[in-house]
Amino acid sequence: MVRRKPAGQLQGRGKFRLLARILANSSEDYIVINKKLAVAALAAFASTAALMGGAQAQGRDQIRIVGSSTVFPFTSAVAETFGRGGKFKTPVVESTGTGGGIKQFCAGVGVGHPDLTNASRRIKKSELEGCAANGVTAVSELEVGFDGIVFASSKGATHTDYTIKQIWQALAKQVVVNGQVVANPYKKWSDIDPALPNKEIEVLGPPPTSGTRDAFVELVMDVGCTQFPEVKALPADQAKAVCSQIREDGGYVEAGENDNLIVQKLVANKDAYGVFGYSFLEQNLDKLQGAKINGVAPDLDTIASAKYPVARSMFVYVKSQHVDVIPGIKEFLAEYTSERAFGEEGYLEAKGLIPLPKAKREKVRTDILNLTPVTM
Amino acid sequence: MTDIISTPRAAPYQSDDFAARLRKRYAAERRFKMYGIAAIAIALGMLAVLLASIVSQGYTAFAQHDLSLEIYFDPAEIDPQGTRDEATLSGANYAALARQSLQAAFPEVESRTERRRLNAIVSNGAGFELRQMVMDNPDLIGTRQTVRLALASDYDQLLKGNIDRDVPEANRKVSDQQIQWIDKLVSNGNIVNGWNWRLFMNGDSRDPELAGLKAGIVGSLLTLAVTLGLAIPIGISAAVYLEEFAPKNKLTDLIEVNINNLAAVPSIVFGLLGLAVFLNAFNMPRSAPVVGGIVLALMTLPTIIIASRAALKAVPPSIREAALGVGASPLQVVTHHVLPLAMPGIMTGIIIGMAHALGETAPLLMIGMIAFIVDTPGGFGDAATVLPVQIFMWADSPERGFVERTSAAIMVLLAFLIAMNAIAVVLRKRFERRW
Repeated sequence: MVRRKPAGQLQGRGKFRLLARILANSSEDYIVINKKLAVAALAAFASTAALMGGAQAQGRDQIRIVGSSTVFPFTSAVAETFGRGGKFKTPVVESTGTGGGIKQFCAGVGVGHPDLTNASRRIKKSELEGCAANGVTAVSELEVGFDGIVFASSKGATHTDYTIKQIWQALAKQVVVNGQVVANPYKKWSDIDPALPNKEIEVLGPPPTSGTRDAFVELVMDVGCTQFPEVKALPADQAKAVCSQIREDGGYVEAGENDNLIVQKLVANKDAYGVFGYSFLEQNLDKLQGAKINGVAPDLDTIASAKYPVARSMFVYVKSQHVDVIPGIKEFLAEYTSERAFGEEGYLEAKGLIPLPKAKREKVRTDILNLTPVTM
Repeated sequence: MTDIISTPRAAPYQSDDFAARLRKRYAAERRFKMYGIAAIAIALGMLAVLLASIVSQGYTAFAQHDLSLEIYFDPAEIDPQGTRDEATLSGANYAALARQSLQAAFPEVESRTERRRLNAIVSNGAGFELRQMVMDNPDLIGTRQTVRLALASDYDQLLKGNIDRDVPEANRKVSDQQIQWIDKLVSNGNIVNGWNWRLFMNGDSRDPELAGLKAGIVGSLLTLAVTLGLAIPIGISAAVYLEEFAPKNKLTDLIEVNINNLAAVPSIVFGLLGLAVFLNAFNMPRSAPVVGGIVLALMTLPTIIIASRAALKAVPPSIREAALGVGASPLQVVTHHVLPLAMPGIMTGIIIGMAHALGETAPLLMIGMIAFIVDTPGGFGDAATVLPVQIFMWADSPERGFVERTSAAIMVLLAFLIAMNAIAVVLRKRFERRW
């Protein structure tokens, strides 16, 4: 049996000295130390509280941005360059998704609410009305540039030319067969069109929470279904469901928000296709190729000229009421709309942004610097 | 059994039946051992695969190629009036100095587009690094110095072999001409490979070659300090009261059941609580370590309370009885005897809880700590992020250079976790008593 040591011996061993002193000394000492500790703890707590209360009361000196994960890489690159200028703190950029960002942005005016929000689509009329109801009455819009959504596969894939109609047939929950709307029977690409490869349909794409998914549904699914008069003949709400619902029987795999993961899976599986933003394709051109859609391959020129059909604009919305309250917002917008940032060969293009045409850029710049309110 | 005794055999327990049964029993035992070994082998194998994949992808990130260029700190460019005024110094175009130096090495490059491509070899951060040097030491102005500047990530990746030179030019981020330039720089000794101090000295960046973990590490330390400061006193007090003083009744039973349940609640729920209570009701700042720390303290409290109670329970009652017997008050029994003896177990619980908190991202999502934050936080109210969030954000970035940096960040986080667990083991070994 191990000999029991009294607690005081801990001190004798020279370890745990403070602990032993607090816990094992005579009771008066213990109480004294305990009081000191309590006072110290209280003081620390009070000072923290005071500090934070002060910080809240005096306002913020740091711009706060929320919103879309698609626009996030561009806005954060501008934020970094802006912060490096040394005059202002680097803005904090959160990636919350377009919808979540607009919700926070519209929640109110004041230092507790974000100043800017990123969006991978235009703000909706209903969202603007919600904004106004919470006192956010002056919202300005900054169009950042274009982003394409690609339908990509690994370099080994042989067939890389699809139409929007074929993609809709491959991915919709319900399709039109012989004039009837039925549950999607297609298992292989060749079931849709014998000219397509005799391979299982397997498409990896973003989940419903993603702005990329919203845009994919809007630009591909809702367009593809209009090629079938049978769908058009349905009542409007049914037609919308048939158009935009994506199959859930394994043909479309929700691969999460992480596009790098989709890239890795495509490299491992030559027959699979992936749906993601153009910037990921551009970074991985040695491993992946983007399929032509309606005969047009995705690249900088086809997306900028809107020849490539699956392209969208990206936006940043500004709460004009915050502009002179939070320092640096105007300067930040000037940095964002400078030619070295969102212009041709600017640093955002290196990150995968597709710049707006020159005339449009100038209009965007004057509009945002004058804080022209957004109109629907 | 009876017939074994009654039949007069020489060695009844060595009958064939018995031998067969014995063999079977031994075989069963061997099989059981094999299952155990197989289970351990599978677990170790998985760990080895995980570690091997992380280390093999990430070890290259601890070294980085730098451009070693002779820079002329041109007074005409930096400080034309010679005032050494801080605003003038900070506003100068330092990137141009790096470009001039690079272009001097390639006088044959003349056209604008080609120069642009050549300039792409220098990182966007080179200008800021030069500015920092001049701000720290204005005497550099007017001198020529050989300095190390960041090489753009794509070229670093090329030299590390992560960008394949053999694929067709159109499919590469780096053109043939740029490869030639890089090879020339290498043969001239203008490119040096060394310890990647930027990984530890910089905050986050959108440029992989500049991105570092400093803001994440400092944010993690601030957050854990708040967690520790709250969880230790509350956790230990709760455990001591419940174990030593609380009456055994329906109410304490209910509390106990709820604490055990809380330990199993998914961590995102604590994040939602933090959003609703601390941000919305108390108006605390978003993305602040103080809120993160409080949320993580709530999350780790059940673990600490359960571990502390187990440690207190393990102290034999004879110690309490002896202390009471010589006239100690119940408070003295606890503070002088039971708590010191239970401390190693409590410490282990706290450190495991802290390690859990260090690796957590989900509860921080809701309170805005998953954000792009470059500046290193200076206090508990500043916007901050933590190490695992940094990993999450890098894993989501498209640039090739972030792949190895993600793995390197995982290795740094694992190092912290292993260190914390090692402290727990050492504490236990050092102070554990057996009765």
